[in-house]
Amino acid sequence: MDGSTMSDDIGKTLLNTPPKVVNLGLESFALELSQQGVAVVHVDWTPPAGGDPALADLLSKLGA
Amino acid sequence: MSGLVINEVRRGFYLDSVALMRLSRGIAERDGVEEAALMMGTPANKRIMDDAGLLTATGQAAEGGDLVIGIRADSHARAKEVLQEALSELDKPAGHGGAAVQWRPRTTRAALKQAPDSNLALISVPGDFAAAEARKALRRGLHVMMFSDNVSLAAEVALKQEAKTLGRLVMGPDCGTAIINGVPLAFANAVPRGSVGLIGASGTGLQEVSCLIAQGGGGLSHAIGVGGRDLKEEVGGMTTLMALDALDADPGTKHIVLISKPPAAGVAARLLERIGASGKSFTICFIGASDLTLPANARSVDTLKAAAEDALGGVALGVGFDPVMMAARAPAGRGAVWGLFTGGTLCAEAQVIFQAAGQVVASNAPIPGASPLDPGGSGHQLIDLGADEFTRGRPHPMIDPTVRDDALVEALASSRVGVILLDVVVGFGAHADPAGHLAPVLTAHRRADGPVVIASVTGTDADPQGRTAQAAKLEAAGVMVAPTNADAATLALACLGCVPGRDPTNRSA
Repeated sequence: MDGSTMSDDIGKTLLNTPPKVVNLGLESFALELSQQGVAVVHVDWTPPAGGDPALADLLSKLGA
Repeated sequence: MSGLVINEVRRGFYLDSVALMRLSRGIAERDGVEEAALMMGTPANKRIMDDAGLLTATGQAAEGGDLVIGIRADSHARAKEVLQEALSELDKPAGHGGAAVQWRPRTTRAALKQAPDSNLALISVPGDFAAAEARKALRRGLHVMMFSDNVSLAAEVALKQEAKTLGRLVMGPDCGTAIINGVPLAFANAVPRGSVGLIGASGTGLQEVSCLIAQGGGGLSHAIGVGGRDLKEEVGGMTTLMALDALDADPGTKHIVLISKPPAAGVAARLLERIGASGKSFTICFIGASDLTLPANARSVDTLKAAAEDALGGVALGVGFDPVMMAARAPAGRGAVWGLFTGGTLCAEAQVIFQAAGQVVASNAPIPGASPLDPGGSGHQLIDLGADEFTRGRPHPMIDPTVRDDALVEALASSRVGVILLDVVVGFGAHADPAGHLAPVLTAHRRADGPVVIASVTGTDADPQGRTAQAAKLEAAGVMVAPTNADAATLALACLGCVPGRDPTNRSA
Protein backbone atom coordinates (compact mmCIF):
# COMPACT_ATOMS: atom_id res chain seq x y z
CA MET A 1 0.00 0.00 0.00
CA ASP A 2 1.58 3.36 -0.97
CA GLY A 3 1.61 6.37 1.37
CA SER A 4 -1.35 8.23 -0.16
CA THR A 5 -3.62 5.16 -0.25
CA MET A 6 -2.67 4.35 3.33
CA SER A 7 -3.34 7.86 4.64
CA ASP A 8 -6.67 7.92 2.76
CA ASP A 9 -7.53 4.62 4.41
CA ILE A 10 -6.59 5.83 7.89
CA GLY A 11 -8.53 9.02 7.24
CA LYS A 12 -11.60 7.11 6.08
CA THR A 13 -11.59 4.33 8.67
CA LEU A 14 -10.32 6.19 11.75
CA LEU A 15 -10.10 9.98 11.57
CA ASN A 16 -13.37 10.69 9.79
CA THR A 17 -15.46 8.06 11.53
CA PRO A 18 -16.82 8.32 15.08
CA PRO A 19 -14.66 5.91 17.11
CA LYS A 20 -16.34 2.58 17.84
CA VAL A 21 -14.19 0.87 20.39
CA VAL A 22 -13.42 -2.68 21.43
CA ASN A 23 -11.89 -2.37 24.92
CA LEU A 24 -9.61 -5.04 26.40
CA GLY A 25 -8.20 -4.54 29.90
CA LEU A 26 -9.08 -1.64 32.21
CA GLU A 27 -12.85 -1.59 32.48
CA SER A 28 -12.80 2.05 33.62
CA PHE A 29 -11.81 3.06 30.08
CA ALA A 30 -14.93 1.38 28.69
CA LEU A 31 -17.16 2.94 31.35
CA GLU A 32 -15.85 6.44 30.63
CA LEU A 33 -16.35 6.01 26.88
CA SER A 34 -19.84 4.66 27.45
CA GLN A 35 -20.68 7.62 29.69
CA GLN A 36 -19.62 9.96 26.87
CA GLY A 37 -21.98 8.20 24.51
CA VAL A 38 -19.20 6.47 22.56
CA ALA A 39 -20.01 3.02 21.20
CA VAL A 40 -17.83 0.56 23.12
CA VAL A 41 -17.81 -3.17 23.67
CA HIS A 42 -15.87 -4.27 26.73
CA VAL A 43 -14.27 -7.68 26.33
CA ASP A 44 -14.45 -9.86 29.44
CA TRP A 45 -10.79 -10.65 28.90
CA THR A 46 -8.81 -13.36 30.64
CA PRO A 47 -5.24 -14.35 29.79
CA PRO A 48 -5.44 -16.71 26.79
CA ALA A 49 -3.54 -19.96 26.31
CA GLY A 50 -3.79 -20.85 29.98
CA GLY A 51 -1.85 -17.73 30.91
CA ASP A 52 1.22 -18.68 28.84
CA PRO A 53 2.37 -15.50 27.02
CA ALA A 54 4.60 -17.35 24.52
CA LEU A 55 1.78 -19.69 23.54
CA ALA A 56 -0.69 -16.78 23.36
CA ASP A 57 1.71 -15.00 21.01
CA LEU A 58 2.07 -18.06 18.81
CA LEU A 59 -1.69 -18.59 18.67
CA SER A 60 -2.24 -14.95 17.64
CA LYS A 61 0.22 -15.44 14.77
CA LEU A 62 -1.66 -18.54 13.68
CA GLY A 63 -4.90 -16.56 13.67
CA ALA A 64 -6.49 -18.36 16.61
CA MET B 1 8.42 -8.53 57.86
CA SER B 2 7.72 -10.15 61.16
CA GLY B 3 4.16 -11.32 60.53
CA LEU B 4 2.73 -14.51 59.16
CA VAL B 5 2.29 -14.80 55.41
CA ILE B 6 -0.32 -16.83 53.60
CA ASN B 7 -1.03 -17.12 49.87
CA GLU B 8 -4.04 -18.28 47.92
CA VAL B 9 -4.09 -18.80 44.17
CA ARG B 10 -7.21 -18.50 42.00
CA ARG B 11 -6.54 -20.33 38.74
CA GLY B 12 -7.48 -18.49 35.55
CA PHE B 13 -9.01 -15.53 37.41
CA TYR B 14 -8.32 -12.11 35.88
CA LEU B 15 -9.00 -8.66 37.30
CA ASP B 16 -7.57 -5.44 35.86
CA SER B 17 -4.81 -3.61 37.71
CA VAL B 18 -7.05 -0.81 39.00
CA ALA B 19 -9.56 -3.27 40.46
CA LEU B 20 -6.69 -5.20 42.07
CA MET B 21 -5.20 -1.99 43.51
CA ARG B 22 -8.53 -1.10 45.14
CA LEU B 23 -8.94 -4.58 46.60
CA SER B 24 -5.31 -4.74 47.80
CA ARG B 25 -5.63 -1.41 49.54
CA GLY B 26 -8.91 -2.29 51.21
CA ILE B 27 -7.47 -5.53 52.54
CA ALA B 28 -4.15 -3.99 53.66
CA GLU B 29 -6.06 -1.45 55.76
CA ARG B 30 -7.82 -4.08 57.90
CA ASP B 31 -6.91 -4.55 61.55
CA GLY B 32 -4.06 -6.95 62.17
CA VAL B 33 -2.88 -6.86 58.54
CA GLU B 34 0.70 -5.69 57.98
CA GLU B 35 0.72 -5.92 54.16
CA ALA B 36 -1.45 -7.37 51.43
CA ALA B 37 -1.37 -7.61 47.65
CA LEU B 38 -3.55 -9.14 44.97
CA MET B 39 -1.67 -9.56 41.70
CA MET B 40 -1.74 -11.61 38.54
CA GLY B 41 0.92 -14.32 38.85
CA THR B 42 3.31 -13.09 36.15
CA PRO B 43 7.04 -13.54 36.84
CA ALA B 44 7.47 -9.77 37.34
CA ASN B 45 4.57 -9.59 39.81
CA LYS B 46 5.80 -12.62 41.74
CA ARG B 47 9.20 -10.91 42.12
CA ILE B 48 7.48 -7.81 43.52
CA MET B 49 5.47 -9.90 45.99
CA ASP B 50 8.60 -11.82 46.97
CA ASP B 51 10.52 -8.57 47.57
CA ALA B 52 7.64 -7.39 49.75
CA GLY B 53 7.75 -10.62 51.78
CA LEU B 54 4.32 -11.63 50.51
CA LEU B 55 5.09 -14.80 48.54
CA THR B 56 5.09 -18.40 49.73
CA ALA B 57 5.64 -21.61 47.76
CA THR B 58 1.90 -21.64 46.99
CA GLY B 59 2.07 -18.27 45.27
CA GLN B 60 5.37 -19.10 43.60
CA ALA B 61 3.62 -21.92 41.73
CA ALA B 62 1.05 -19.54 40.16
CA GLU B 63 1.04 -18.88 36.39
CA GLY B 64 0.52 -15.61 34.52
CA GLY B 65 -3.21 -16.26 34.18
CA ASP B 66 -3.73 -16.90 37.89
CA LEU B 67 -4.55 -14.43 40.62
CA VAL B 68 -2.31 -14.53 43.70
CA ILE B 69 -3.51 -13.21 47.04
CA GLY B 70 -0.75 -12.52 49.55
CA ILE B 71 -1.50 -11.44 53.12
CA ARG B 72 0.91 -10.82 56.00
CA ALA B 73 -0.87 -10.46 59.33
CA ASP B 74 0.03 -10.47 63.01
CA SER B 75 -1.27 -14.02 63.48
CA HIS B 76 -2.09 -17.04 61.36
CA ALA B 77 -5.71 -16.92 62.52
CA ARG B 78 -6.07 -13.26 61.50
CA ALA B 79 -4.40 -13.90 58.13
CA LYS B 80 -6.88 -16.72 57.43
CA GLU B 81 -9.86 -14.57 58.45
CA VAL B 82 -8.79 -11.73 56.15
CA LEU B 83 -8.11 -14.19 53.33
CA GLN B 84 -11.72 -15.41 53.59
CA GLU B 85 -12.91 -11.81 53.47
CA ALA B 86 -10.76 -11.21 50.38
CA LEU B 87 -12.15 -14.29 48.65
CA SER B 88 -15.70 -13.12 49.43
CA GLU B 89 -14.87 -9.75 47.82
CA LEU B 90 -13.62 -11.54 44.70
CA ASP B 91 -16.77 -13.61 44.47
CA LYS B 92 -19.08 -10.61 44.62
CA PRO B 93 -20.76 -9.96 41.27
CA ALA B 94 -18.68 -7.45 39.29
CA GLY B 95 -20.13 -3.93 39.13
CA HIS B 96 -20.71 -3.50 35.45
CA GLY B 97 -23.24 -0.73 35.89
CA GLY B 98 -23.13 1.82 33.12
CA ALA B 99 -21.46 -0.44 30.59
CA ALA B 100 -23.01 -0.23 27.18
CA VAL B 101 -23.81 -3.91 26.92
CA GLN B 102 -25.41 -6.64 28.98
CA TRP B 103 -23.71 -9.69 27.53
CA ARG B 104 -19.93 -9.44 27.45
CA PRO B 105 -17.86 -11.14 24.79
CA ARG B 106 -14.67 -12.87 25.87
CA THR B 107 -12.59 -12.25 22.74
CA THR B 108 -12.07 -9.55 20.11
CA ARG B 109 -13.59 -11.90 17.53
CA ALA B 110 -16.77 -12.23 19.60
CA ALA B 111 -16.83 -8.47 20.24
CA LEU B 112 -16.73 -7.87 16.47
CA LYS B 113 -19.66 -10.22 15.93
CA GLN B 114 -21.60 -8.03 18.35
CA ALA B 115 -20.34 -4.73 16.92
CA PRO B 116 -19.02 -5.41 13.40
CA ASP B 117 -18.52 -1.73 12.59
CA SER B 118 -15.97 -1.21 15.40
CA ASN B 119 -12.83 0.50 14.15
CA LEU B 120 -10.46 0.72 17.15
CA ALA B 121 -9.14 -1.67 19.79
CA LEU B 122 -8.11 -0.02 23.08
CA ILE B 123 -5.74 -2.48 24.74
CA SER B 124 -4.64 -2.21 28.37
CA VAL B 125 -4.12 -5.90 29.24
CA PRO B 126 -0.84 -6.95 30.94
CA GLY B 127 2.15 -6.31 28.69
CA ASP B 128 2.96 -10.02 28.35
CA PHE B 129 -0.27 -10.51 26.38
CA ALA B 130 -0.71 -7.09 24.75
CA ALA B 131 1.14 -7.76 21.49
CA ALA B 132 -0.90 -10.92 20.85
CA GLU B 133 -4.17 -9.03 21.38
CA ALA B 134 -2.96 -6.15 19.17
CA ARG B 135 -2.07 -8.59 16.37
CA LYS B 136 -5.50 -10.23 16.55
CA ALA B 137 -7.19 -6.80 16.42
CA LEU B 138 -5.10 -5.64 13.44
CA ARG B 139 -5.86 -8.79 11.49
CA ARG B 140 -9.56 -8.26 12.10
CA GLY B 141 -9.32 -4.80 10.55
CA LEU B 142 -9.08 -2.62 13.67
CA HIS B 143 -6.77 0.27 14.36
CA VAL B 144 -5.05 -0.23 17.72
CA MET B 145 -4.27 1.95 20.72
CA MET B 146 -1.95 0.07 23.10
CA PHE B 147 -2.02 1.59 26.58
CA SER B 148 -0.13 -1.48 27.84
CA ASP B 149 3.57 -1.15 28.50
CA ASN B 150 6.24 -3.81 29.05
CA VAL B 151 5.96 -4.89 25.40
CA SER B 152 9.29 -5.83 23.82
CA LEU B 153 10.84 -3.55 21.22
CA ALA B 154 10.97 -6.46 18.77
CA ALA B 155 7.23 -7.04 19.20
CA GLU B 156 6.55 -3.33 18.69
CA VAL B 157 8.55 -3.28 15.45
CA ALA B 158 6.82 -6.42 14.13
CA LEU B 159 3.35 -5.07 14.98
CA LYS B 160 4.01 -1.72 13.37
CA GLN B 161 5.39 -3.33 10.22
CA GLU B 162 2.28 -5.49 9.96
CA ALA B 163 0.03 -2.50 10.63
CA LYS B 164 1.76 -0.52 7.89
CA THR B 165 1.12 -3.31 5.40
CA LEU B 166 -2.53 -3.44 6.47
CA GLY B 167 -2.99 0.34 6.39
CA ARG B 168 -3.82 0.40 10.08
CA LEU B 169 -2.42 2.61 12.86
CA VAL B 170 -0.78 1.17 16.00
CA MET B 171 -0.69 3.90 18.65
CA GLY B 172 1.71 2.63 21.33
CA PRO B 173 2.68 0.47 23.13
CA ASP B 174 2.79 2.66 26.22
CA CYS B 175 0.47 5.15 24.55
CA GLY B 176 -1.40 6.96 27.30
CA THR B 177 -3.27 9.57 25.32
CA ALA B 178 -5.21 10.05 22.11
CA ILE B 179 -8.16 12.14 21.00
CA ILE B 180 -9.73 10.84 17.82
CA ASN B 181 -12.55 12.78 16.24
CA GLY B 182 -13.23 14.59 19.53
CA VAL B 183 -13.27 11.41 21.61
CA PRO B 184 -10.72 11.28 24.46
CA LEU B 185 -9.17 7.81 24.75
CA ALA B 186 -7.45 6.58 27.95
CA PHE B 187 -5.72 9.58 29.68
CA ALA B 188 -7.06 12.55 27.74
CA ASN B 189 -8.98 15.75 28.23
CA ALA B 190 -12.22 17.27 27.05
CA VAL B 191 -11.03 19.87 24.55
CA PRO B 192 -12.96 21.66 21.81
CA ARG B 193 -12.76 20.57 18.17
CA GLY B 194 -10.58 22.74 16.00
CA SER B 195 -7.96 22.70 13.29
CA VAL B 196 -4.77 21.78 15.18
CA GLY B 197 -3.58 18.19 14.87
CA LEU B 198 -1.20 16.78 17.48
CA ILE B 199 1.18 13.86 17.19
CA GLY B 200 3.02 12.87 20.34
CA ALA B 201 5.33 10.21 21.70
CA SER B 202 4.38 11.49 25.14
CA GLY B 203 1.05 11.23 26.92
CA THR B 204 1.31 14.15 29.30
CA GLY B 205 2.96 16.25 26.59
CA LEU B 206 -0.14 15.73 24.44
CA GLN B 207 -2.38 16.47 27.42
CA GLU B 208 -0.62 19.71 28.41
CA VAL B 209 -0.49 21.05 24.83
CA SER B 210 -4.09 20.09 24.06
CA CYS B 211 -5.35 21.72 27.29
CA LEU B 212 -3.30 24.88 26.70
CA ILE B 213 -4.61 25.14 23.14
CA ALA B 214 -8.12 24.91 24.62
CA GLN B 215 -7.17 27.52 27.27
CA GLY B 216 -6.03 29.84 24.47
CA GLY B 217 -9.30 29.52 22.58
CA GLY B 218 -8.24 26.92 20.02
CA GLY B 219 -9.23 23.35 19.40
CA LEU B 220 -8.04 20.04 18.05
CA SER B 221 -8.80 17.99 14.97
CA HIS B 222 -7.11 14.88 16.39
CA ALA B 223 -4.35 13.99 18.85
CA ILE B 224 -2.50 10.85 17.87
CA GLY B 225 -0.24 9.12 20.40
CA VAL B 226 2.54 6.98 18.98
CA GLY B 227 4.18 5.46 22.08
CA GLY B 228 7.39 6.48 23.79
CA ARG B 229 9.73 4.41 21.58
CA ASP B 230 8.33 5.17 18.13
CA LEU B 231 11.11 7.66 17.33
CA LYS B 232 13.90 5.27 18.29
CA GLU B 233 16.05 4.08 15.42
CA GLU B 234 14.77 0.50 15.71
CA VAL B 235 11.13 1.54 15.23
CA GLY B 236 12.04 4.27 12.76
CA GLY B 237 9.07 6.53 13.55
CA MET B 238 6.69 4.19 11.70
CA THR B 239 3.54 5.35 13.48
CA THR B 240 4.63 8.99 13.54
CA LEU B 241 5.18 8.97 9.77
CA MET B 242 1.81 7.27 9.18
CA ALA B 243 0.13 9.80 11.49
CA LEU B 244 1.85 12.63 9.62
CA ASP B 245 0.56 11.28 6.30
CA ALA B 246 -2.94 10.94 7.72
CA LEU B 247 -3.09 14.43 9.27
CA ASP B 248 -1.47 15.93 6.18
CA ALA B 249 -4.29 14.44 4.10
CA ASP B 250 -6.98 15.37 6.66
CA PRO B 251 -8.95 18.41 5.47
CA GLY B 252 -9.91 19.28 9.07
CA THR B 253 -6.27 19.71 10.12
CA LYS B 254 -4.61 23.01 9.23
CA HIS B 255 -1.57 22.99 11.53
CA ILE B 256 0.34 20.05 13.03
CA VAL B 257 2.28 19.92 16.31
CA LEU B 258 4.84 17.18 16.90
CA ILE B 259 5.83 16.47 20.53
CA SER B 260 8.54 14.05 21.63
CA LYS B 261 11.78 13.55 23.41
CA PRO B 262 14.68 14.08 20.96
CA PRO B 263 14.37 11.41 18.22
CA ALA B 264 17.22 9.26 16.95
CA ALA B 265 19.21 11.28 14.40
CA GLY B 266 18.20 9.15 11.41
CA VAL B 267 14.53 9.25 12.41
CA ALA B 268 14.63 13.02 12.93
CA ALA B 269 16.05 13.43 9.41
CA ARG B 270 13.25 11.31 7.88
CA LEU B 271 10.59 13.18 9.83
CA LEU B 272 11.90 16.59 8.88
CA GLU B 273 12.13 15.55 5.21
CA ARG B 274 8.49 14.39 5.34
CA ILE B 275 7.44 17.61 7.08
CA GLY B 276 9.22 19.65 4.39
CA ALA B 277 7.14 17.91 1.71
CA SER B 278 3.86 18.97 3.38
CA GLY B 279 1.86 22.02 2.42
CA LYS B 280 0.82 22.52 6.06
CA SER B 281 2.60 24.41 8.85
CA PHE B 282 4.25 22.60 11.75
CA THR B 283 5.40 23.23 15.32
CA ILE B 284 8.17 20.90 16.47
CA CYS B 285 8.67 20.37 20.22
CA PHE B 286 11.46 17.85 20.74
CA ILE B 287 11.93 18.45 24.49
CA GLY B 288 15.63 18.89 25.29
CA ALA B 289 16.79 18.77 21.65
CA SER B 290 19.08 21.31 20.05
CA ASP B 291 20.54 22.06 16.63
CA LEU B 292 17.57 21.09 14.48
CA THR B 293 17.74 22.09 10.84
CA LEU B 294 14.11 22.72 9.99
CA PRO B 295 12.24 23.03 6.71
CA ALA B 296 10.67 26.41 5.98
CA ASN B 297 7.16 25.31 7.02
CA ALA B 298 8.24 24.28 10.55
CA ARG B 299 9.17 26.14 13.71
CA SER B 300 10.94 24.63 16.70
CA VAL B 301 10.01 25.42 20.32
CA ASP B 302 11.59 24.40 23.62
CA THR B 303 8.55 23.93 25.85
CA LEU B 304 5.01 22.56 25.74
CA LYS B 305 3.68 26.02 26.58
CA ALA B 306 5.57 27.52 23.63
CA ALA B 307 4.23 24.72 21.40
CA ALA B 308 0.65 25.62 22.32
CA GLU B 309 1.30 29.33 21.83
CA ASP B 310 2.85 28.69 18.41
CA ALA B 311 -0.04 26.44 17.38
CA LEU B 312 -2.43 29.22 18.42
CA GLY B 313 -0.65 31.60 16.03
CA GLY B 314 1.31 33.42 18.70
CA VAL B 315 -1.40 33.85 21.35
CA ALA B 316 0.30 34.39 24.73
CA LEU B 317 -0.83 32.05 27.50
CA GLY B 318 -0.85 32.87 31.20
CA VAL B 319 -1.22 36.62 30.61
CA GLY B 320 -1.18 38.44 33.94
CA PHE B 321 0.90 35.76 35.62
CA ASP B 322 3.95 37.45 37.13
CA PRO B 323 6.27 34.91 38.77
CA VAL B 324 8.37 37.54 40.51
CA MET B 325 5.36 39.28 42.04
CA MET B 326 3.85 35.96 43.04
CA ALA B 327 7.13 34.73 44.52
CA ALA B 328 7.35 37.87 46.61
CA ARG B 329 4.21 36.78 48.47
CA ALA B 330 5.84 33.50 49.52
CA PRO B 331 8.13 33.05 52.53
CA ALA B 332 11.78 33.67 51.68
CA GLY B 333 13.01 30.70 49.67
CA ARG B 334 16.13 28.72 50.45
CA GLY B 335 17.41 25.29 49.61
CA ALA B 336 16.65 23.28 46.51
CA VAL B 337 13.61 22.57 44.37
CA TRP B 338 12.16 19.08 44.52
CA GLY B 339 9.82 18.41 41.65
CA LEU B 340 7.50 15.43 42.14
CA PHE B 341 5.84 14.84 38.78
CA THR B 342 3.24 12.33 37.69
CA GLY B 343 3.79 13.35 34.05
CA GLY B 344 7.11 12.40 32.44
CA THR B 345 7.08 15.16 29.85
CA LEU B 346 5.99 17.73 32.42
CA CYS B 347 9.12 16.71 34.37
CA ALA B 348 11.19 17.10 31.18
CA GLU B 349 9.68 20.53 30.45
CA ALA B 350 10.57 21.71 33.97
CA GLN B 351 14.16 20.56 33.35
CA VAL B 352 14.26 22.67 30.17
CA ILE B 353 13.10 25.74 32.14
CA PHE B 354 15.70 25.15 34.88
CA GLN B 355 18.51 24.68 32.37
CA ALA B 356 17.49 27.83 30.51
CA ALA B 357 17.82 29.72 33.82
CA GLY B 358 21.35 28.35 34.23
CA GLN B 359 20.39 25.91 36.98
CA VAL B 360 21.99 22.51 37.44
CA VAL B 361 19.26 19.91 37.71
CA ALA B 362 19.20 16.17 38.40
CA SER B 363 16.44 13.74 37.42
CA ASN B 364 15.66 10.04 37.22
CA ALA B 365 14.58 10.88 33.65
CA PRO B 366 17.25 13.43 32.70
CA ILE B 367 16.98 15.40 29.46
CA PRO B 368 20.24 16.06 27.58
CA GLY B 369 22.47 18.17 29.85
CA ALA B 370 20.76 17.16 33.11
CA SER B 371 22.38 14.82 35.65
CA PRO B 372 21.19 11.44 36.86
CA LEU B 373 19.45 11.56 40.21
CA ASP B 374 21.64 11.61 43.30
CA PRO B 375 19.45 10.73 46.30
CA GLY B 376 21.92 12.30 48.72
CA GLY B 377 22.50 15.39 46.59
CA SER B 378 21.65 18.90 47.71
CA GLY B 379 20.74 20.33 44.29
CA HIS B 380 17.46 20.58 42.39
CA GLN B 381 15.83 17.21 41.82
CA LEU B 382 12.99 16.77 39.36
CA ILE B 383 11.49 13.30 39.62
CA ASP B 384 9.20 11.48 37.18
CA LEU B 385 7.05 9.31 39.45
CA GLY B 386 5.51 7.62 36.41
CA ALA B 387 8.86 5.99 35.58
CA ASP B 388 9.11 2.21 35.68
CA GLU B 389 10.90 2.10 39.05
CA PHE B 390 7.84 3.67 40.73
CA THR B 391 5.08 1.88 38.84
CA ARG B 392 6.25 -1.73 38.78
CA GLY B 393 3.28 -3.78 39.92
CA ARG B 394 1.07 -0.78 40.62
CA PRO B 395 -1.00 1.68 38.62
CA HIS B 396 0.39 4.94 37.24
CA PRO B 397 0.42 7.85 39.75
CA MET B 398 -2.15 9.68 37.62
CA ILE B 399 -4.55 6.84 38.55
CA ASP B 400 -3.16 6.16 42.03
CA PRO B 401 -1.92 9.43 43.55
CA THR B 402 -0.68 7.68 46.71
CA VAL B 403 2.51 6.86 44.74
CA ARG B 404 3.58 10.48 45.39
CA ASP B 405 2.68 10.62 49.09
CA ASP B 406 5.89 9.25 50.62
CA ALA B 407 8.15 11.48 48.54
CA LEU B 408 5.93 14.49 49.28
CA VAL B 409 5.99 13.89 53.04
CA GLU B 410 9.79 13.49 52.89
CA ALA B 411 10.14 16.74 50.92
CA LEU B 412 7.86 18.63 53.33
CA ALA B 413 10.04 17.52 56.25
CA SER B 414 13.40 18.15 54.60
CA SER B 415 15.50 21.15 55.56
CA ARG B 416 17.28 20.84 52.18
CA VAL B 417 14.09 21.59 50.23
CA GLY B 418 13.03 25.19 49.63
CA VAL B 419 10.35 24.60 47.01
CA ILE B 420 8.20 21.61 46.12
CA LEU B 421 6.98 21.57 42.54
CA LEU B 422 3.97 19.42 41.65
CA ASP B 423 1.85 18.61 38.61
CA VAL B 424 -1.81 17.70 38.87
CA VAL B 425 -3.09 15.99 35.74
CA VAL B 426 -6.84 15.55 35.39
CA GLY B 427 -9.14 14.37 32.63
CA PHE B 428 -10.54 11.04 31.55
CA GLY B 429 -8.64 8.03 32.87
CA ALA B 430 -7.10 10.00 35.74
CA HIS B 431 -7.92 9.84 39.45
CA ALA B 432 -11.33 11.31 40.31
CA ASP B 433 -9.90 14.01 42.59
CA PRO B 434 -6.09 14.29 42.66
CA ALA B 435 -6.09 17.74 44.32
CA GLY B 436 -8.50 16.44 46.94
CA HIS B 437 -6.01 13.65 47.63
CA LEU B 438 -3.03 16.04 47.88
CA ALA B 439 -4.67 18.65 50.11
CA PRO B 440 -4.94 16.61 53.36
CA VAL B 441 -1.40 15.24 52.89
CA LEU B 442 -0.11 18.81 52.61
CA THR B 443 -2.20 20.03 55.54
CA ALA B 444 -1.08 17.19 57.80
CA HIS B 445 2.65 17.46 57.10
CA ARG B 446 3.31 21.09 56.31
CA ARG B 447 5.45 23.19 58.68
CA ALA B 448 5.23 26.97 59.01
CA ASP B 449 8.89 27.31 58.03
CA GLY B 450 8.72 24.45 55.52
CA PRO B 451 9.03 24.49 51.75
CA VAL B 452 6.87 26.60 49.45
CA VAL B 453 4.54 24.35 47.42
CA ILE B 454 3.84 25.21 43.77
CA ALA B 455 1.64 23.34 41.30
CA SER B 456 -0.07 23.56 37.96
CA VAL B 457 -3.19 21.74 36.82
CA THR B 458 -3.20 20.09 33.39
CA GLY B 459 -6.83 19.87 32.40
CA THR B 460 -9.89 21.79 31.28
CA ASP B 461 -13.10 22.82 32.98
CA ALA B 462 -14.95 20.38 30.74
CA ASP B 463 -13.03 17.49 32.31
CA PRO B 464 -14.86 15.41 34.95
CA GLN B 465 -12.70 16.84 37.77
CA GLY B 466 -12.84 20.46 36.51
CA ARG B 467 -9.55 22.35 36.26
CA THR B 468 -10.76 25.43 38.19
CA ALA B 469 -12.18 23.29 41.00
CA GLN B 470 -8.92 21.36 41.30
CA ALA B 471 -6.88 24.59 41.40
CA ALA B 472 -9.18 26.00 44.10
CA LYS B 473 -8.63 22.91 46.29
CA LEU B 474 -4.88 23.32 45.94
CA GLU B 475 -4.99 27.01 46.75
CA ALA B 476 -7.12 26.32 49.82
CA ALA B 477 -4.35 23.96 50.96
CA GLY B 478 -1.79 26.77 50.64
CA VAL B 479 -0.42 25.80 47.22
CA MET B 480 0.59 28.51 44.75
CA VAL B 481 -1.03 27.51 41.45
CA ALA B 482 0.54 28.64 38.16
CA PRO B 483 -1.32 28.75 34.84
CA THR B 484 0.93 26.19 33.11
CA ASN B 485 3.55 23.61 34.03
CA ALA B 486 6.24 25.83 32.49
CA ASP B 487 5.02 28.78 34.57
CA ALA B 488 5.09 26.64 37.72
CA ALA B 489 8.75 25.81 37.06
CA THR B 490 9.51 29.50 36.47
CA LEU B 491 7.71 30.40 39.71
CA ALA B 492 9.77 27.81 41.61
CA LEU B 493 12.92 29.44 40.34
CA ALA B 494 11.57 32.90 41.18
CA CYS B 495 10.96 31.81 44.78
CA LEU B 496 14.67 31.02 45.01
CA GLY B 497 15.62 34.27 43.30
CA CYS B 498 16.84 32.39 40.24
CA VAL B 499 14.89 34.21 37.55
CA PRO B 500 17.03 36.59 35.51
CA GLY B 501 16.50 40.19 36.59
CA ARG B 502 15.37 39.31 40.11
CA ASP B 503 17.38 40.26 43.19
CA PRO B 504 16.90 37.52 45.80
CA THR B 505 18.07 39.77 48.61
CA ASN B 506 15.36 42.35 48.00
CA ARG B 507 12.12 40.55 48.63
CA SER B 508 9.43 40.74 51.23
CA ALA B 509 9.23 37.93 53.73
